[in-house]
Amino acid sequence: MYRIRFHGRGGQGMKTASRILGTAFFLEGYEVQDAPRYGAERRGAPIFAYVRADHAAINERGIIQHPDLVIVADDSLVPVAGAGVVTGIDAHTVLLINSDEPPELWKQRLNFAGQVFTLPVETEDRAELRFIGATCSGAAARLLGVITRASLSQAITEELQALGDAVVDKNLAKALTAYDLMEAHRGCVGTSSKVSATDYQNPAWVNLPFDDARIAAPAIHAAATSVQVNTGLWRTLRPVIDYELCNKCWWICSSFCPDGAIDVDDKGVPHIDYDHCKGCMVCVAQCPPHAIASVPEQEAQAQDAAGEVT
Amino acid sequence: MKRMLLTGNGAAAWGARLAATDYIPAFPITPQTEIIEALANWIDNGAMNARLVTLESEHSMITAAGAAAATGVRVFSATSSQGLLYAMEMLYTVSGWRAPFVLTNVSRGLAAPITLESDHTDVMAARDSGFLQIHCATCQEVLDSTLIAYRLAEDARVRLPVIVNLDGFYLSFTREPVQLPDQQIAKEFVGRYDAENIRFRASAPVSQAVAVLGGSPYSYFRYETHLAAQNALLVYDEVAAEFNQRFGRQHNAIEEYRSDDADILFVMMGSFATKAKEAVDLLRDSGQAVGLLRPRLIRPFPTQSFQHLLGGKKGIAVIDQNLSMGMGGVLHAELSSALYGHANAPATLVSFIGGLGGRDISSEEFFEMAAVTRRAVDEGVTPAPRLLYNETELREIRKLQAVAQSEREELHNSADKPSGEQQ
Repeated sequence: MYRIRFHGRGGQGMKTASRILGTAFFLEGYEVQDAPRYGAERRGAPIFAYVRADHAAINERGIIQHPDLVIVADDSLVPVAGAGVVTGIDAHTVLLINSDEPPELWKQRLNFAGQVFTLPVETEDRAELRFIGATCSGAAARLLGVITRASLSQAITEELQALGDAVVDKNLAKALTAYDLMEAHRGCVGTSSKVSATDYQNPAWVNLPFDDARIAAPAIHAAATSVQVNTGLWRTLRPVIDYELCNKCWWICSSFCPDGAIDVDDKGVPHIDYDHCKGCMVCVAQCPPHAIASVPEQEAQAQDAAGEVT
Repeated sequence: MKRMLLTGNGAAAWGARLAATDYIPAFPITPQTEIIEALANWIDNGAMNARLVTLESEHSMITAAGAAAATGVRVFSATSSQGLLYAMEMLYTVSGWRAPFVLTNVSRGLAAPITLESDHTDVMAARDSGFLQIHCATCQEVLDSTLIAYRLAEDARVRLPVIVNLDGFYLSFTREPVQLPDQQIAKEFVGRYDAENIRFRASAPVSQAVAVLGGSPYSYFRYETHLAAQNALLVYDEVAAEFNQRFGRQHNAIEEYRSDDADILFVMMGSFATKAKEAVDLLRDSGQAVGLLRPRLIRPFPTQSFQHLLGGKKGIAVIDQNLSMGMGGVLHAELSSALYGHANAPATLVSFIGGLGGRDISSEEFFEMAAVTRRAVDEGVTPAPRLLYNETELREIRKLQAVAQSEREELHNSADKPSGEQQ
């Protein structure tokens, strides 16, 4: 059985990517199971999706603990513990990362013995990121080695046809380019061996102790604890205010911000709380003098690091 | 017949469509919403001839479903967890009306604390409502069971509403290959709804909910409902056999998996039972005679089938993905009561609680449950019920509690400072 996990951010198309790959497997005659996994999060939050494919009926369910192939659409997720990108990977796992940094560096960083491939981030145009799902599924299809170009193309057409021919064509082009890019590594993904029912790791169950209700009731005893959750990590685009252009109307950006992440000081100047701004870009769309720019988060962070932005 | 990839929600919607449902009262709730969206879309683009109405709550939704069913049209609705509970008063009421319809429940753990992920405590809360319950383990079963459910509900010997249960996330959002029955054959199988004397009409007042003061008539009506529910055992077998004849898929009231020659059996319901199948295969590879029984029918409870299938077995591991506070696993209790005093009943019935709120159950845990059950058989001592919960999970909780405690102290201290007062 192939066990594949896609990691990305809400809005980057990981559910679609998993469906494209699932449908492609299905067209190749495989039994398939594909599913996205998400909670109550919004755009930008870490999400993952998974695909299982086998020639026999699939009885496994739920989260894949030991993946054969992990695809990461957004390399900024790798260090985010909650994203669980590296959970359960071992030397047999193949890692495919959408990153400008070389595979060797990722192997070193993650102290990872398996194979790493990167999808070069070919464009500075963030609008192109909307195709990253198709790109990932195309590259994954080639690494797996059992999916033909024809099946991949048909899968993309089936999954995206409701969005119109132009969208299908663009995604096809992206996916097939990524498919060809991985030609040299085709078939490098193997399948993991079965667990043994005789020599297995004991699940180490514990007897749950009684705790006093003061401790065991699921209550939050203080206000404003959501401040502790750094949702700024979800951001792929950063709104940056150009104070030269800002006309200090004081209420529009701050009122439209769905997360209350824009504060206006007593001089009427808005300030964005980047620890909690999720990068929805509603403020960018609403600002009357167009004083808020949309800067790719990675670029903004590089500028931060270089001390260009205070 | 077309084989395609469908989510559990998609399969439920297809079931309602293929059953030629007339009326769909709706209220959205995660993880059920896709069902309503799919049906609304089909109605909107003319693929389905039905009326969908969004209600202001699940309480009204079930009232509308029961009232519509009482006019003699075919009704479908869907909900989940908190929604099912919000409708609870009307669940008992409309089943008392003996108004047949099908309600999909997408199982999700109950608040508090609130969660989105699956367990069966929600649908178990409707256990005594008079709704029959069919529990599914695959997306295919969701579709098939919906068609079967209409036959069961509308049968003159039953005439009760039916819940078709599927697990949130593990089925609702998971795509699997599903054989889509031919529209015409599905229509023939489900047949026309013969509403008999059900003729609730505008301007022709009928009381569906008579008051009976005095226990005697009350006892009559309630026990009649119970007898109808019990009739559903026989009717289910008939309908499932006919379904198999037409579509080539047999859905017994209890699914048996490598259980014939097994001495240890897992008993559990829902989609996690397919994980148990995987574990059974691996245990068999290692030479252990382990099998699985999975009840599809929970109401009516297939008591006699269980007595028959479990007779002579050594040990049973009952895995409940639900929890009755102060009692334990519901299936364990029901199975115990079904087997008590029955000659040849297995002496060892071990209770495990697992998969609450979608918590995973690993293959290793199935192996260990089989080992614990075998040990209990050998030693003749049944262990206390076991929550599937490990050291790492408890450590994580303790870590969170420590963070909460220190945050609380910090807040407490900072709140104290401005006043300058000593405690």
